[in-house]
Amino acid sequence: MAVRLNVNGEDVSVDVAAETPLLWALRDALRLTGTKYACGAGLCGACTVHVDGKATLSCMTLVSDVAGKAVVTIEGLDPNGGHPVQVAWRSLNVPQCGYCQAGQIMQAASLLAENPNPSDQEIRASMQGNICRCGTYQRVILAVRAAAGEP
Amino acid sequence: VSVSRELKPEAGISPVRAVIQNVSRRSVLKGMSGFVLAMHFSLDETLAFPAWEHGGQGLPSGVVADPHIFVSIAIDGTVTVVSHRAEMGTGSRTSIPMIIADEMEADWSRVKLLQAPGDEPRYGNQDTIGSRSIRHHIQPAREMGASMRYMLEQAAAAGWGVGMDEVAASSHTVIHKSLGISIGFGELAQPAMTLPTPGRDALRFKDEGELRYVGKTGTPLYDLRDITTGKARYGADVFLRGMKYAVIARPRVVGGIVRSVVEDAAKEIPGVETIVKIPGAGLGSKFRPLGGVAVVASSTWAAMQGRDALQIEWREGRFSQYFTSVYERQLRKTAEEPGTAVRNQGDAEAALAGAASVFTREYYQAHNAASPMEPPAALANFSGDGCEVWAPLQNPYGARFDIAEFLEIDPKRVTVNVTLGGSSFGRKANSDFAIEAAFLSREVGAPVRVQWTREDDIRSGDYHTTSLERIDIGLDDTRRPIAWRHRSAAPSFLSMLGQDEGKQHPDEIGMGLEDLPFDIENIRAETCVAKAQTRIGRYRAMSHIPRAFAQQSIVAELASELGRDQKEFLLEIIGPPRTLDWRSAGLEKSFWNHGESTAEYPIDTARLRNVIEIAAAKAEWGKTLPAGEGLGIAAHRSFVTYVAAVVHAHVEVDGTVRVPEAHIAVDCGYVVNPDRVLALMQGAAVFGMTAVMHSGITFETGRVEQNNFNDYPMVRADNFPEAVHVHIVEHPFSMHATGVSEAGVPPFMAALVNAIANSSGKRIRNLPIGNQLTA
Repeated sequence: MAVRLNVNGEDVSVDVAAETPLLWALRDALRLTGTKYACGAGLCGACTVHVDGKATLSCMTLVSDVAGKAVVTIEGLDPNGGHPVQVAWRSLNVPQCGYCQAGQIMQAASLLAENPNPSDQEIRASMQGNICRCGTYQRVILAVRAAAGEP
Repeated sequence: VSVSRELKPEAGISPVRAVIQNVSRRSVLKGMSGFVLAMHFSLDETLAFPAWEHGGQGLPSGVVADPHIFVSIAIDGTVTVVSHRAEMGTGSRTSIPMIIADEMEADWSRVKLLQAPGDEPRYGNQDTIGSRSIRHHIQPAREMGASMRYMLEQAAAAGWGVGMDEVAASSHTVIHKSLGISIGFGELAQPAMTLPTPGRDALRFKDEGELRYVGKTGTPLYDLRDITTGKARYGADVFLRGMKYAVIARPRVVGGIVRSVVEDAAKEIPGVETIVKIPGAGLGSKFRPLGGVAVVASSTWAAMQGRDALQIEWREGRFSQYFTSVYERQLRKTAEEPGTAVRNQGDAEAALAGAASVFTREYYQAHNAASPMEPPAALANFSGDGCEVWAPLQNPYGARFDIAEFLEIDPKRVTVNVTLGGSSFGRKANSDFAIEAAFLSREVGAPVRVQWTREDDIRSGDYHTTSLERIDIGLDDTRRPIAWRHRSAAPSFLSMLGQDEGKQHPDEIGMGLEDLPFDIENIRAETCVAKAQTRIGRYRAMSHIPRAFAQQSIVAELASELGRDQKEFLLEIIGPPRTLDWRSAGLEKSFWNHGESTAEYPIDTARLRNVIEIAAAKAEWGKTLPAGEGLGIAAHRSFVTYVAAVVHAHVEVDGTVRVPEAHIAVDCGYVVNPDRVLALMQGAAVFGMTAVMHSGITFETGRVEQNNFNDYPMVRADNFPEAVHVHIVEHPFSMHATGVSEAGVPPFMAALVNAIANSSGKRIRNLPIGNQLTA
């Protein structure tokens, strides 16, 4: 069946079963591969996207549940990579393998949208859902702080 | 030599302008291709670095240093460099081309990378394991860069009709020194690329001070922009027209064979198209897939659901009797008896028999799954002409042969394209997932992507060995160590490659067992028979982990027992600065030494002592800390890199372990990319803390008991080693550069275990800790 979505500002129609997780609609049907599969169980944050501005685990969200809502993926956060979080990420050379980083960036962008000046504790609490096996956490925290405009 | 600098991530890129020195040269003019060509010979021999022997030359396919293969220049000036190593998070895809670009005076912002497919006759060895990329490729990279610079200068000099001493390459142009005019690399592309590669003797290498990228922070990862905008392509990000998606039900017990399948429920799931049996293989069949039943569908989600709906009855063999709890007891029992000596210095048996006292400890580590964030995924397209694969493989050339053997086709008909790897830690050295994709593509007559789920990754992968390391230290009546006997009982990755005799591979023996750098008169190392009951694969730092854990733990334990300072006792047991000699160490041939000669890469206790001194000084070893907090120290040489760590642990009342600070001192010879050394040490701390605290794979009835990140947890951003300070020992280029992607893990883990003991009084001898601190 066709599900109508708004993804990265565009209305699109995807031909998938209603109970398909948003992750697989994005990846397989829309070929927006920046959103990553890593656990499929809401345990790691690699698949984080924004739904109506809120960080959302796309592997745990049915595509039918986001019909009519605004979905933003890493590709749509800022197509030129100019979002302050992306800029901070680049200036600190945060990634190692890079696989979890889209999820980290989407989580951080959502945090800063809700709370422009988070404390260290708030940053850690917000980012703890995003696993990085390479261990970039030290720079992730620095980058979130930098994106928030803190020195 | 205790010079070190602490690195912090810096904001922004600050390229340093190179100053090109005028070099006195003698020029000979020759005509060729309508140009007047200048051949030059450097008069100042000290400007060139002497070629040295390294392990890459002895690997299959060796090393290729031909700039005509690795570098090309377009007429718009774009320099394209081939990256022939697999990128999975270490940064080698950036660092090696960066060396070439720097040496040839290319502007990094105008460099494009081309990822090489698996083709070793063309590119040389591509097996990206063992922290070898920088170690084996810094020399050929500099040679190729210097050759390219020479050819560009030669073309410019010819065009202007002047001698080579009148021109110099600088920042993507060649300058005419006296006229002050310049010509771009793009304009020189055609004449330069048609020139023959100059001989090594003709090359002038940059002085270290002239290097603008190498040895400096500020060069971003090549893929940084793509990673931060979602454009970077990993194993599951390649699409082909008409492709199918497959998820596979594999036997939960290695060697299990499908007895029967009920497919009806799976076939009812919309999108499920075909169900295909994959022939299985037991242990000892290298990377042949475990076999099972594949569900091929029109989407990944349909394939996943279809797979879960299969009802399969398995015939399970002897490995259904694998219980790791039982196996642990067997390993302990085995290590009580003598094994096979792999090092016999002096007479440890007699010294132990005559010792005033013997200090004995056993250290156990459970299996681990490498569990890269990107679970294995591969796309294959089998057609009449052969098979093309896209996958994040560490050994793409080896995978061609693995795939060809399974499909019984000519390896020449297999193409393996290498995507970015969403980390690997050894998992993607095993090509089983690419073989599955190739097989399924042939069976269904369409391109097929195989997607492993996280559960598949944790339950059906290959595993870090499980190990029991038992050490007996004999003390004389002055309580001085006079004998050291280390028995290692651990199944080997040899079991994956063929008939398992329970013996360890020389590489595993070479990982911290035979090369113990301790100053004890009598040293004996033994391996004990341990046959594998599951697939033993590769894992970041491999056998160095259990060896460093055991050796660095028992030294700290004995120090405490003797009332000695743990750091001072460690230095004392390492002994005076010296290089280890295999003959006086009681070996029959030289140390494995990660494939390197000890002439070029000696085992040097001065460098080991130095990193200990640096880490201890920076961490203020000996300082007073509040109750529940403590420092732990450990040092280990692995992958010919020396690393010491001092970890500050805080064990809270409920058993939660926090690491507010760590100091890691690294001696990896000459440093190519300091920011990546920093990153990989920060990463090693996180990976190490996960391995110490959480990750263990256990088996019951041959089945892995863990499933996903809920029961195989990882360190997260709310509790990770917070302030990891990295101190890099500075060396000139003449101290050969070595790799750092693994070497941080073993000493960090051992230092954390020692820190936990010093914080809480609880000595951990079984990894992972799990609930040992709360029980």
